[in-house]
Formats: sequence, structure tokens, C-alpha cells
Amino acid sequence: MTEVVSLREAVAESVNDGDSVALEGFTHLIPNAAAHEIIRQERRNLTLIRMTPDLIYDQMIGMGCADKLIFSYVGNPGVGSLRRFRDAVENGWPQPLEIEEHSHAGMASRYVAGASNLPFAVLRGYVGTDLPDVTDTIAPVTCPFTGEELMAVPALNPDVAIIHAQQADRRGNVAIWGITGIQKEAVLSAHRSIVTVEEVVDEFEPHPFQIVLPSVAVGAIAVVPGGAHPSYAHDYYPRDNAFYEAWDPIAREREAFREWMERHVLGTEDFGEYLESVAKEAVGQR
Amino acid sequence: MSADENSYTTDEMMTVAASREFEDGTVCFVGIGLPSAAANLARATHAPDCVLIYESGTIGAKPEVIPHSIGDGVLAEHADSVVSVPEIFSYWLQTGRIDVGFLGAAQIDRFANINTTVIGPYDSPKVRLPGAGGAPEIAASAKEVMVVMPQSSRSFVEELAFRTSVGYLDGGDSREQLGYLGAGPTVVITDLGILRPDPEMKELTLVGLHPGTSVEEAREATGWDLRVADELETTDPPTEEELQALRDLRERTEAANKEMRVLDDLVHKSRAAKE
Repeated sequence: MTEVVSLREAVAESVNDGDSVALEGFTHLIPNAAAHEIIRQERRNLTLIRMTPDLIYDQMIGMGCADKLIFSYVGNPGVGSLRRFRDAVENGWPQPLEIEEHSHAGMASRYVAGASNLPFAVLRGYVGTDLPDVTDTIAPVTCPFTGEELMAVPALNPDVAIIHAQQADRRGNVAIWGITGIQKEAVLSAHRSIVTVEEVVDEFEPHPFQIVLPSVAVGAIAVVPGGAHPSYAHDYYPRDNAFYEAWDPIAREREAFREWMERHVLGTEDFGEYLESVAKEAVGQR
Repeated sequence: MSADENSYTTDEMMTVAASREFEDGTVCFVGIGLPSAAANLARATHAPDCVLIYESGTIGAKPEVIPHSIGDGVLAEHADSVVSVPEIFSYWLQTGRIDVGFLGAAQIDRFANINTTVIGPYDSPKVRLPGAGGAPEIAASAKEVMVVMPQSSRSFVEELAFRTSVGYLDGGDSREQLGYLGAGPTVVITDLGILRPDPEMKELTLVGLHPGTSVEEAREATGWDLRVADELETTDPPTEEELQALRDLRERTEAANKEMRVLDDLVHKSRAAKE
């Protein structure tokens, strides 16, 4: 049975300096609370893995948690680019950031291979693009049966995968519905995992397109209501689009960004206090 | 009835022209931004039965507002099915189940190759762009590709800083030799007009102009010596119906955004959970 612990304990226990860490959630259920806890505990030299790095990785990169990023699309969806990420890539601030970039299909295949205990995955793609020239984890492979040439990408097996979900039950099973993205593959490919949830329930009710991660696949569970904000949790709360827009000016200047993070993240005990703090300043409210 | 030339914007003309390229019933893999707006306009007007697929795994999405991101909740709410990201790329795109891939781009070249990765050198970029996302495999495996983007000499360039997604590679039959399933881009819709690849050389050729634009303007907004068809079509201006549908869509999107008071609700929830 998976233990329900505080997020602070879960991160202290499972995330070490130098680890490869995948925080997943495809627009939906992005584990913001967990990212903040990693920033609070000042983890360093992480290899961050994520298909769509958005605000959470902008914050982690800007706060000096990472020295490498593996990704397929980096941006502030509907708004523009990520200022802190760009500052790291373009100017090496606060430290240089090595990047390993793929396409979505490549990243998805890498997680599937990792979850399947295979060394690599095969896909139709990348041929004729410049990506294989800059990313050495893309290489041609010949089918032993037909002789067809395809592209191979190595498995992803993160030290830790972290996701946010709607519910856990008393036995430690985890239910996710709505857009379920790559979360299942991320957890099954990783050596350790943390799942933050909106709530713990006695029994799951059926929801359209729901998936259940069985308790045996889940490392630790922490209850963090609102833990995906400003991302959304289907049937719990909507995406805070105004917050994403507000993030752009906050992250534009190094000093203002640092000051904001110190006030709202480092200066708060947990995600509940963080939410109070940003609500008081009406961040993203019009 | 057509709208008066001064009563719509060039952005509206571009979106309407792009929406008209949709045939009803088309299975379309939709990129976020302009493609998504045009696809949903088509669904609200002449193509109610087109099947919109987003890379977040939503199949048959029917959003009533234009989604901000590729994985908004409105995409899942009324979808025919919601599948995982590996499934959408492996079982749907890679197998050739997609009729049309609909993309935007930061830069495009004369053979409709696309850059969404960097401006300037890769190792010390002048501008770091978002990267590939789903585009390379959409460009590879959708039966055909449509591109919608504003036209300027900075976006229509002689040489791409980075080839993120393949159009017709170096022209002629060079794309065919890559062994891709899809035929490649069939149309590029801009705020000035419409370009299609030459049947042999595969070089993008200006075939139509929107009302009020000129060949000169299109040439100036192109970083290479633009090929122009012998006979140019003039795009019909947006009809009243198209314009109304597009504006309704945008109004609903803004209204839905304004209604939200997410943070206050979450603070209450979070306090309640602590007690």
C-alpha cells in the first residue's frame, strides 16, 4: 500500500541533487506544488525532463535547480516564450543549461520504451530535419526483418517521476481523467514516483476516459488541493489563463523574478500558503 | 453577402481564408493558435462534421471557445475520445489516419520547410523558439499539410536557421525519397494571399491575393524571389456569416476568460482541506 505523506517529506525522501526528474502533465494537471517544493528544498544540478516545459520549469531553471533540460516544446502556452529558460539558453543565467531536444512523438516513444524496459524506441520521423544534427539521442536504425530504415531514440528512465492527479483512494490507487497525456508512461518508466492529488476518496466513481494507476506503481502520495494551479484539474478547477499572462512580465527581469519567487515560494511554508500569498496580491486577476 | 473591405482586419481575412480550405468530414490534426482558430471557424460554418484532433490526445474535439493551449479542458469535454499522447502519435498520426495536418510556423522557406526552433546559430541563438512539439511528425505523416502564418520578409526566408519540419526538402522529388507517408504541404495561407507548391519543382507559388493586397506587397514580404502564377485569383472577402461566426467565437473565448476567478476558489478549497 502506498503511503500518504506530506509533500515536503515526499520530496525530501525521493528527490536528490543530481537526479533526473520528470514532472509531467500535458497542459492538464501540471504538478506545480511539487515543483515549488523542489525549489524550496534547493535541489541542484537536476536533469529536468518534460515534454512541454512551461512555468514550472521556467521557475526551476531561473532558481538554479537545473543544469540540463530534455524536452520537446518549451513555451508559455497562449502567451509566448519562457523568459527564464531563454535567459539560461541565450545568456547562461543563472547557470548554463544543456539542452536535449526532441519532437513530441520522440519523447512519447522514449517514455514508452522506458516503461517497457526496452533500451530504445523506433519511430517514423526526424528524417530530413535538423534535429538529428543537434541531438545525439536520435539515430537511424535498420529493421532486421524488412531492411527499412527508421529512427531510434533511447529509453527515458528518470530517477523520479512526479505527477498531479485528481484522486487517490484509501489503498493508494490513483485516478486521472480528462486529458491524461503522458503521466502513466512517466510514472512507469521512473525508478521512484510521487503523485500529488486533489483529494483522497473511499471509492473511485467512474469518469469518462479515466485511467487508474495501481498502488503498486505509485511511490508516494501527497494531498495538495489546487496543486496544479495555474494549470487545471478536470472537474475541480479551470486553467487560470490570466495567471499565465501575468507570468510573462513577472519573469521578464532577473531581479523582479527572484524577488517574486522569494516572496511567494521561498517565503511560504507550503502550496496552501503560496496560494494565499498570490491571491492576496491578486496575481493574474483582472 | 460579402463584408465591406474596410469592415474586417487582415487577420480575420487570413483566418477565414484558412477555414475555407477545410472540407466537411476532414480528419484534421490541429496546431494551437491560428490553425486552431481557423479549424473551429470551419466547424462553426461550412464544416460541422470535421474531426478535430489535438496532440494532447483529444479526438473529435468540439470546443465552443478557442483553446488557449493544446490541452485545455474544453477539448476533452465533448470529445469523441481522449487517448494518451503516445497513442495519438503512434496509432493515429504515424498510421496515416490523419487527412490534414494544420500548422503554424515562425519561419518558412520556398519549399515550405518550417522552422520553430531557433533564429540564429543553434548553440548561441538570437531567439530561442519553442521547438518541435508535434510538428515534425505531423508534417511527415498527415496525408497533406496546410500552413497558416502572417507573411513578412522575416518569416518567409531564403534560408531557414533550422529545419524543424520538412515540407518539400530541396524541392522536386527530394521529399519522396525520405519515405514519408504524407504528400506534404498543399497550401500556405497568409494575411496577404494564398500560395501553393508548383506541381513539379514544389516551390511555393503565389496563386491568390486577398482583396486590397498586391503582387508587389507579396514580393516585398518574401525573402526570396517569389514565383507568381500567371493568373492570380482574388480571394472572396469574408461573408457576413463568416465574420459573425469568427467574432462570436472570439467573444465567447474572451467572456469565458473574464468569468474566471480561479485563485479565490482554490484558497477556499485549500483552507477547507487543512481544517
